This record gives sequence, C-alpha cells and structure tokens, in this order.
Amino acid sequence: MKRRVFLASSGLSLVLAVAASTAAWAENATLKIGFVGVTSGPAAAWGISNQRSMETRAAWLNELGGVKIGDTTYNIEIVPFDDQKDPKRAIAGMEKMAQDGIHYVVGPNVDDGAAAVRPVAEQNGIMYFPYAFPKELYTAPASNAILGMVANYQSGPAIYKYLMEEKGVKKVAFIAGNESDPLSQRDSGSAAAKALGLEVVSDTVTYQMDTTDFTPVLLPVIQTAPDLLVLSGVSPANAPQLIRSARELGYTGLISTETAQDAAVLAEGAGELANGFISVGGASTPELASDAMKEFVTRYTAMFGEYNDESNTKVYALEYIIETLKANPAAIDNVDEFKKTMDTFSAPNPFMVGDAKLTYVGTTSFGQKRQVSVPLVVNEFKDGKFETLFVAQVD
Amino acid sequence: MEQILANGLYLGAQYALIALGLTLIFSLMNVLNFAHGQMYVFGGFVTYTVVAQLGLPFIVGLFASAVVLAVMGALIEKFLFRPVIRKSKRDESTMLLAAGIAFFLDAVILLLFGEKQRGVPKVVDGVLNWDMRIIMPYDRILIAVLAIALIVGFILFMQYSRTGRAMRALAQDRVAAQLMGVDVDRYSMIGFALGAMLAGLVGGLLVTITGINLGMGGPTSVKAFLMIMIGGAGVISGAIAGGFILGMMESVGLTLLASYGDVTYLVIFVTLMIFLAIRPQGLMGKPWG
Repeated sequence: MKRRVFLASSGLSLVLAVAASTAAWAENATLKIGFVGVTSGPAAAWGISNQRSMETRAAWLNELGGVKIGDTTYNIEIVPFDDQKDPKRAIAGMEKMAQDGIHYVVGPNVDDGAAAVRPVAEQNGIMYFPYAFPKELYTAPASNAILGMVANYQSGPAIYKYLMEEKGVKKVAFIAGNESDPLSQRDSGSAAAKALGLEVVSDTVTYQMDTTDFTPVLLPVIQTAPDLLVLSGVSPANAPQLIRSARELGYTGLISTETAQDAAVLAEGAGELANGFISVGGASTPELASDAMKEFVTRYTAMFGEYNDESNTKVYALEYIIETLKANPAAIDNVDEFKKTMDTFSAPNPFMVGDAKLTYVGTTSFGQKRQVSVPLVVNEFKDGKFETLFVAQVD
Repeated sequence: MEQILANGLYLGAQYALIALGLTLIFSLMNVLNFAHGQMYVFGGFVTYTVVAQLGLPFIVGLFASAVVLAVMGALIEKFLFRPVIRKSKRDESTMLLAAGIAFFLDAVILLLFGEKQRGVPKVVDGVLNWDMRIIMPYDRILIAVLAIALIVGFILFMQYSRTGRAMRALAQDRVAAQLMGVDVDRYSMIGFALGAMLAGLVGGLLVTITGINLGMGGPTSVKAFLMIMIGGAGVISGAIAGGFILGMMESVGLTLLASYGDVTYLVIFVTLMIFLAIRPQGLMGKPWG
C-alpha cells in the first residue's frame, strides 16, 4: 500500500513539475541560436568552449527572465551541431540550422569548415560567426560571415613588433600542423615577420596533428637557432608537448602562438617549461574583467565543472547577436536588417571594465565591418597562469 | 644519426607495446579491435586521474590503468564479442561491434574526463645530452626501458606460463585447442583482457610524456593497424617488429624529409602499399592466415 502511495505521489509530483516548467517556458517565445563546430577529436576544446560559453550565457539570460527584443521576450535556446572538423559535416550542420529556421549561427571553428558552409548560409539567410581567418570569408562579395575573434594576421604583427622592440628578437622560426588552418596561419605569419624585417630561419617544418613525439619534428627547427619560435595555429592539445620538447632539446629562446590557449592545460602538460610562453587571450584578465565576466566564469564552472580560458573570447559571439537584434528587432528573421544595423551598432561591453563598447570592426582588414570587436590581449604564461603582456584594439 | 636512432628506438618501443595488444586480440579471436586506441586513451586518463587528481604515485596510476582496462576488456569480451561471435559467422559483425565500442568509449571519455588535453608531471627530471649527438630527456629513456621490459615480460608470459601456452594454442588452431581441453571462452576472455590491459598500460606510460586527449584514440588505432600490417597480423614477433620499423621510419623521415614539408607519412603509406602488394601477409605472417 505504502509503495503504491509512494509511486502515485511521485508520479503526480513529476507531472506537476513538468507542467510548471512548461508553463514557465510558455510565457516567453524561443529564439534559437545555432552552433556548428568541432566538439569531438583533438580540437574538441575549441568547439566545446564555444558551445558551453553559449549555453552558460543563455541559461543565465533565461534565468533573468529572457531577452526582450522589440515587444517580445525570448528565452534563448542553443542548438548545437558537432561538425567533427569535417567540412562535409559542417555543411550538414548548417543545412540543419536552415531547416530549423535558425538565422544566427556561431562557428565553424576552422578554415575549411567556414568556407564550406558559406553557400548554405548565403542561400538560407544565415549570419554566421566563424573562428576562421581566410579574408575572402569577410570581404565583399561575401557578407554573411562575421569573424568572431582577432585574426592571426592582426595579432601576429603586433606580437612580433612588441618582441622585436622589447626583447630584441631578430630571427624567427615557424612550425605548423599539417592542416589548412595552421598552414595558412604559418604563411601569413611568416609574411608578416618578413615585412617587419625579421629573418625567417625556418618555415617549412610541419607535423601530423596526432604526433606523439615532437622531438624529431622540432630538431631541425631548433638547429636553426631562432630567437622566437612561433607555433602557428597550434591546438591546445599540441602546445604543451611542443613547448616541452623544444625546451628539452635545449631551446632557450621565446615561444609564441596566435591562438588562444588554456592555462591549466599548459601547466599540466609542460609545467615550468611553459613559463614565458606567449599567446592570445580574451577579456578575463584581472585588469580587464568586469563583474559580469567574473560571474560568467563562476556560472560556467558551476555548470561544467571546469572553466576553459578559451571562453574568454568565445563568450562574445552570442552577446553580439543578441545585442544587435535588440538594436534592430526586424533582424530577428531578416539578416539584411542585421547587416544594415552592423555599420552603426554600438552597445556597452558587459564583460570589460570601463566604458568599453561592443561594435563591429574589420574595415581595415576586410573593407567592411565583418568582425566583432574584442580586445587583443597578449598573455604570457607564468607559474600556472596567464599574465597580461599588452592589450591592443583591432580595426 | 645517433639522435635519429635514439628517437626511432624510443618511438618503436611504445609503438610495439601498442601493437602487441591489438595483435593478441586478433590472433585469439580474429577480431579487429577498432577500439584499441580508445582503450589506450582511457588508460591514459585513468593514470592522469590517479596521479594528477588524487595525488598518488605514478606507479599506482599505472597499476590502476592496467586493472581498469583489464576488467573493461574482460567485460567487453564476455558480454559483447562472445555473443556476437557465437551468433554470427560474418567477420563484419565483430568489426561493426568494435567500431561501435570505439564511438561509445569516445563518448564515455568525454563525459568522464572532459575535452581538454591532460598530462601528469614528469616522472624524472633532466635531459641526457651526449655531446649534442643524442639529446634525450631521462623520462623518455625511463618510459622506453619500461616499455621494453613490458614487452619482454609479455613474451616470457606467453612462452612459459600455462595461460600463455593455452592462448598460443588457441591462436594456432581454435578447434584443435578446444578438442585438447582448452577452455576457449575463458582464454579468449583472458586474452582480450590482456590486450586491453596492454593498451591501458601504454596510455598510462605515455601520459607523462605526450599527455592525453579525447581525440588520440582513432589515430592510435590507425598506427597500431599499420604496425601489425607490416609485421603480420596475429603474430606477436611481427607486432614487435612492426612497431620498431614504424618508429624508425618515422624518426628517419621526420629528420631527413623535414625540408620537404610533412611528407613522412605519405612516404610511409606509399612504401607500405608497395610492400603489401608484394607481401600481403606482412613480414612474419603466413599467407594462409
């Protein structure tokens, strides 16, 4: 009897709970924002930090009652798709977004995926925010892609110039993984270094992304005795191993990259050997992070157990989409309206202290505003955490 | 030249140990275990958890990896492969099952250990520098020695223990072994557990050097298959030879072909295609299986 009562009351509670939650959701309309990126394999950290940043921010906004766009209040729903770093899968993901009636998508994370989805996005009226650097994605006649971070051809020259002036760097070597992103980043980095007057002593050595021993790969590079070793487009998985192997081979010069890294991963994988490693960060350095950014980190950690420093940059794309839609509610299902708004859009940046603004930039690099404005923060790894080396702004 | 040889030996030792587990399972059960790389990754993460998260000594982590993977291997054989082999005579049934287990383990690893690259502190500090002719960190030397010791231990176990002899009999002729009183189910389970344990041990050993991440499983399986194709599928000595040959080819290629870009594996694959066209059973395999 007791068991029957228990089961009946449990069932009733469940029905009531479901009904209550459905009623709460039913109060607001739903705005679906897509994510197409890599959440499995060696580069999973890039996409997972994207997806989790979006989910954290969406849950936070929904908890606050949703987002008011025009006269309608929306709950944000993130629709993720793992493209497995495969352009074919990325196309399938973007087609799925189109079938779901989604007009705003974050991702893909890599060059070939971002290039592959362009026709699908343009034909179906989708604005997308890739983390990929090919300029043709953002220059006319292309108009639906918005670069979600600082490109290596923007951060690289700034880093090299700083190191030339502050550390006396004269000779530089590049090493890259044998994939489209790292290779294109190596080529543009090498060209930028030469343009600045640096001597490029090595830029032909590449490695397989699944390399488990970098000693033989790095040996010919280290023998060229560079002052600066650039790990072009290095993934967070490979960075600690490369740093460790370079140091173990006796290399004492500087090491840098133009991709975002994670301090915990560097500390675990390379320990003290990673001290001095220079990389591009986001907006959560102690000097720059606002209270909202700190709360974002806390909420992310509570939701997923561990924060990912790459989310310092990845937190921005969803914010740009929502704030631009707020500025022009007609853009909710019309990306042409979104594009019109971008030219004049400006909103307070909640993740930075001071009066920083969210604006679209990129005129210098792309001839049109097709890039989100995020601070170019260059970090130096020291004793398990990043310290800000310098901060710059991109246009 | 000395550096190339040292790198090749180090790579070869770890590769051979990876290939041993795969070839053991193939020889006993005629199963191509596509999940071998994922088992390697799982073993790495177990050692990481024990050493970096729980703060226990490295050897405890290594032991934990061996035990966890052996149990996992035994359970996979008993509850997944055994029923499929019993019910289906088609080889692709076990291949599909193995591929399914690989995807499943990828998902489990993501859920349990996350997406990030993980590593544990160096077991031994310092670098051997022999007059700039050989530069090799001491921890790599230690791992190579441990890997070679494990290979020797495995060979001795297979050669002289009762269990090892039973497994060899099973590998040579399953029906004859059964007629001679060998408990096929029992030794198949032990063999699968041993193969999985070897994968876990290599993962545990290498987490101190290369670290570990979710995506390392697939490429590791591919390399393991390469090695047993070179040496001959199902032949223990072939797996060891295949491991050392692949390690040496990689080391030589990465040094001598560096100026031509990342062509080492292209050359290795082309060489392997030509080699297999001439000798499809590998170096030590038999043409009849």
